Amino acid sequence: MSERLKISLNVNNDTHACEIDARMTLADCLREKLDLTGTHLGCEHGVCGACTVLADGVSIRSCLIFAVQAQGMKITTVEGLAKDGELSPLQEAFHDNHALQCGFCTPGMLTTAEALLTENPAPTRREVESAISGNICRCTGYISIVDAIIDAAERRRQGPP
Amino acid sequence: MKPPKFSYLAPESVKNAIAMKQELGENARYIAGGQSLVPMMNFRVAAPSALIDLNGLTELSKVSLSSDSALNIGALTRTRRLENDPKITGAHPLLAAAARHIAHAQIRNRGTIGGSIAHADPAAELPGIVLACDAEIELQGPRGFRTVHAVDFFESVFTTALEEGELLLNIKFPRWPKDRKWGFQEVSRREGDYALVGIAAWFDLDATSSISACGLSAIGAADTPVRLTKSEAALLGSVPSLPLFEKAAAEVTADIDPFDDVHASAIYRCEVAAALAIRTLTEAWERDT
Repeated sequence: MSERLKISLNVNNDTHACEIDARMTLADCLREKLDLTGTHLGCEHGVCGACTVLADGVSIRSCLIFAVQAQGMKITTVEGLAKDGELSPLQEAFHDNHALQCGFCTPGMLTTAEALLTENPAPTRREVESAISGNICRCTGYISIVDAIIDAAERRRQGPP
Repeated sequence: MKPPKFSYLAPESVKNAIAMKQELGENARYIAGGQSLVPMMNFRVAAPSALIDLNGLTELSKVSLSSDSALNIGALTRTRRLENDPKITGAHPLLAAAARHIAHAQIRNRGTIGGSIAHADPAAELPGIVLACDAEIELQGPRGFRTVHAVDFFESVFTTALEEGELLLNIKFPRWPKDRKWGFQEVSRREGDYALVGIAAWFDLDATSSISACGLSAIGAADTPVRLTKSEAALLGSVPSLPLFEKAAAEVTADIDPFDDVHASAIYRCEVAAALAIRTLTEAWERDT
């Protein structure tokens, strides 16, 4: 009795209707049904952080929630961070600080950092390190990512968001 | 890495959820935050025929102080709220401090107190806290409501006193005196990993500055969280001091029964547990409450 479910998701301020199996995770639904492939899937068991998205403004693992459960939530993916084709201050800071190499972890790092800076506009390096402790990067050694998030915090405090 | 097929149900009340579970039988599972269950499903270690999703049951996420100053935390309360809600951090600072050690923000935003307790991972923080603090776990099932004391709740690895069809409603923490001393320390290989070993401790001092009441528990040190009763006995009635804490820590290994795994040997866990007991008690003692 695992019937197909018709669901409606609010992603990046757009409403999307789709038909899914209950077992489809939000991450797979974003990528396969909504064609939002910015959300990456690494481990699929909540360890690597690549699939992090925002749900009602807070960071969650999109591999550990089923799409059907995300109905009624306001989901923001990495595609929702840039406004009108302009990189957000956080994305610009990642660019300027060389905070990515292969880019696989970047969507999860950005969404995680976005949630951090919304909650804590002036984090210390230690707080940034703690915030991204659930996001694995195999290229950068993290230093440049922490630099970028500290830099982004500064940009967000100075300029318009 | 995809879970097997299941059917999905979203009950509108606890009563409704329990009726669904009765109808669907033991292959159906309740799901709360899903931060342990979904990984197990993705690995196909768990393959429930149906998920009964408790997330819509707002009646399960209430936090309140009762007239006897006990702190009631609804089972669906997210872990993140345990660390951030002033109503909780003020009423139970040890719970809030331990919650900050759980996994990562993304997990804590979704995981729930009831889910962690029902899952009963022996290395998980919240089961250790409810045990150290003599919390009561309130359950509802096909045969009605009942209360289980934390000391009777954890039976073995991932095994609890929950009977078929029962779900957690509420966790009731006894009154927390304002000047209670407390500490929580754990050792894990990386931030957010499960603890190799962790120790929670609290004590109250009487008018002669002697320890009049205390609670200590260890996580990651046996097949359940463990109450360190012999260490507690060593502390009771004495004035806190480093030698006293060392004496209490020497009793830790009498109560724990850790295991060898790829991360650490049992002997190492014993040594860490004793060292952490001293650190945790010292942290508690030095705390300005």
